[in-house]
Amino acid sequence: MDLSYSPEELAFRDEARAWLGANLPGELKDKGHYSKDELLRWHRILARQGWVAPAWPKEWGGTGWNVVQRYVFEEELGYSGGPPLIPFGLTMCAPVLLRFGAEAQKKRFLPRIYQGEDFWCQGYSEPGSGSDLASLKTKAVRKGDHYVVNGQKIWTTLAHYADWIFCLVRTDPTVEKRQEGISFLLMDMKAPGITVRPLILMDGAHEVNEVFFDDVQVPAENLVHEEGKGWTVAKYLLGYERMNTGRIGESKRQLAKLKELAKQKRNDFRFRDRLSRLEIELIALEITNLRFLDRMRRSGQPPGADVSMLKIKGTEIQQGLTELAVECTDPQASDEQSVALQKKYLSMRKTTIYAGSNEIQRNIIAKMTLGL
Amino acid sequence: MNFDYSEEQQLLADSVRRFLAKEYDFESRKRIIAGAGWSEEVWAKLAEMGLTGLPVSPDYGGFGGGAVDLMSVMEAFGEALVVEPLLPTLIAARLVGRAGSDAQKKALLPAVAEGRLRMAFAASPKADVVGAPAAHKLLCLLEEDLFIVDAAEVPMKPYRTLDNMLAAQIDFSPSKADLLAKDARAAVEEAVDFATALICAEAVGAMKFACDTTLEYLKTRKQFGVPIGSFQALQHRIVDMFISYEQAKSMACLACSKVDSSENPAERARAVSAAKIKVADAARHVSQESVQLHGGMGMSDELKVSHSFRRLTVLARQFGDADHHLERFASL
Repeated sequence: MDLSYSPEELAFRDEARAWLGANLPGELKDKGHYSKDELLRWHRILARQGWVAPAWPKEWGGTGWNVVQRYVFEEELGYSGGPPLIPFGLTMCAPVLLRFGAEAQKKRFLPRIYQGEDFWCQGYSEPGSGSDLASLKTKAVRKGDHYVVNGQKIWTTLAHYADWIFCLVRTDPTVEKRQEGISFLLMDMKAPGITVRPLILMDGAHEVNEVFFDDVQVPAENLVHEEGKGWTVAKYLLGYERMNTGRIGESKRQLAKLKELAKQKRNDFRFRDRLSRLEIELIALEITNLRFLDRMRRSGQPPGADVSMLKIKGTEIQQGLTELAVECTDPQASDEQSVALQKKYLSMRKTTIYAGSNEIQRNIIAKMTLGL
Repeated sequence: MNFDYSEEQQLLADSVRRFLAKEYDFESRKRIIAGAGWSEEVWAKLAEMGLTGLPVSPDYGGFGGGAVDLMSVMEAFGEALVVEPLLPTLIAARLVGRAGSDAQKKALLPAVAEGRLRMAFAASPKADVVGAPAAHKLLCLLEEDLFIVDAAEVPMKPYRTLDNMLAAQIDFSPSKADLLAKDARAAVEEAVDFATALICAEAVGAMKFACDTTLEYLKTRKQFGVPIGSFQALQHRIVDMFISYEQAKSMACLACSKVDSSENPAERARAVSAAKIKVADAARHVSQESVQLHGGMGMSDELKVSHSFRRLTVLARQFGDADHHLERFASL
């Protein structure tokens, strides 16, 4: 047993860290919210370096790094404090196309995702279909060489930036097993009949939206995989390698900032102990993550349902960090820094809800890992 | 990076597990507790498997193993709730090996490796010492100096701890003792960190048992015509138990590996304290939930789960509870 990285892995980490430090523009660091231009600027800097999609196959621009290198890079990326790489194109739509897409779809979409020419969003949740996603109702009816789509998606992150949306839609309302009536469809956000309406969250920010589909015509060639196989595609994505689910690099950066902030509270032992416990949770999560990674490297298998554990702990830690940061501010604070910390606390409540609520993650572990 | 046990470590763990499964089941353990509180036969077997020699230097007939080498053994001990006084001997042997004179090492360590000599360590002259009644030699820290004495020379009142370990109240006086080392504080801190890391591994084993047996119970116990494991309220709770166990296991790996590899005492101490805090929190969480999810049966002395509860309650606080280690973690 050896918990440390090899000299080669350490050299790789140092190289990644040095490059990120030298190439991340200072004005993009540590902002709570980013404009589309800012997100794409960072995306394109990484694309030029050839590092924007390490996990893709080499022929499409992947780096050929092994799982440990990919993990180290993702952690460094998070630790750098730069804008997040928006996952909808790079790590959601692209893996689906690589696995299920027609050759023409891959050629058409993958290079544009890589270069940051198309901004993607994800159309899964609906007003009546959150955790029970398979109950979704947005309808796509085949008419000749088109589908006609009607319905509504909700909580669509950054739809107001997006050029494209990938959606789960109901193509067959009659099948007995409702999962088999769902298909995976790609839609141009500029298509007539699509309306995006902002949803302002409690921190005052515009990040998510409602998206309405009113007789939207979608070319049939934009269907991914077969009609009725959308649920298979969605499930594949759930099991897809999600090693950064714990967001450890980002949390390490937030922890370092929090410790700086907490210097004023150094004689408050109650606070100090809570901070220590949170730091220890993060250390434990990092090692747990490395244990999964080590197992994955050895078996060549994706980590499976255990990843849900990383999501649960990672998001609890992210929230815990913002909660303690708020305690370093005055409740009626007016200064910019304190208000930003307080808003971050409000914003981070989303993390235990999105991408499969933590309750759904527990259901997954209970069913898949524990056999309940 | 590599989280696997080596082939040798795995072989040893497998043979210990096989032995415990065959000859140290819950009923055998009960008989041992009802008797002397430990078993000469079992001890001989442990020595034969090389456990007493594992951490002793090859110069004195041992294998020169570290905390990581013992980790899987301690996990297996934790799962089976072993009451044999192995750990007290290992701590004392570590102290002799690091602080004793050559003559003392030569006199004591080969006997430990062969399983002929049991020892225990007391951090103060009047103390409650686990393993003392079964020990031939006692080590005792007096202020900054470490002494060694025949256990027979030390007045002691034997008793059983909450988790049925054999222990004694000792009343040590240095008049009949030999000096083992002057200014032994650093050696003692190192040995206690070593023992704390091993306690973490033992607790991880006991947690594994508690999680597994509770999962089994949720699958078999029926109420309202269905297994109670079909209820989401209980599913989420046992998922959280398994998460606590995994997090604790990660920290035990960290502690054992830092005890073996760290040149820097502060770095070692910080890792061990971090591990003990997480393990203490997880031990409390897992043990309490394992009893609650068993319902009335969880309270019963007849079920092993009530005994893993007792063991975890003690392990959570042995060699410093979470508050103690939070203080140390913050000071480093």
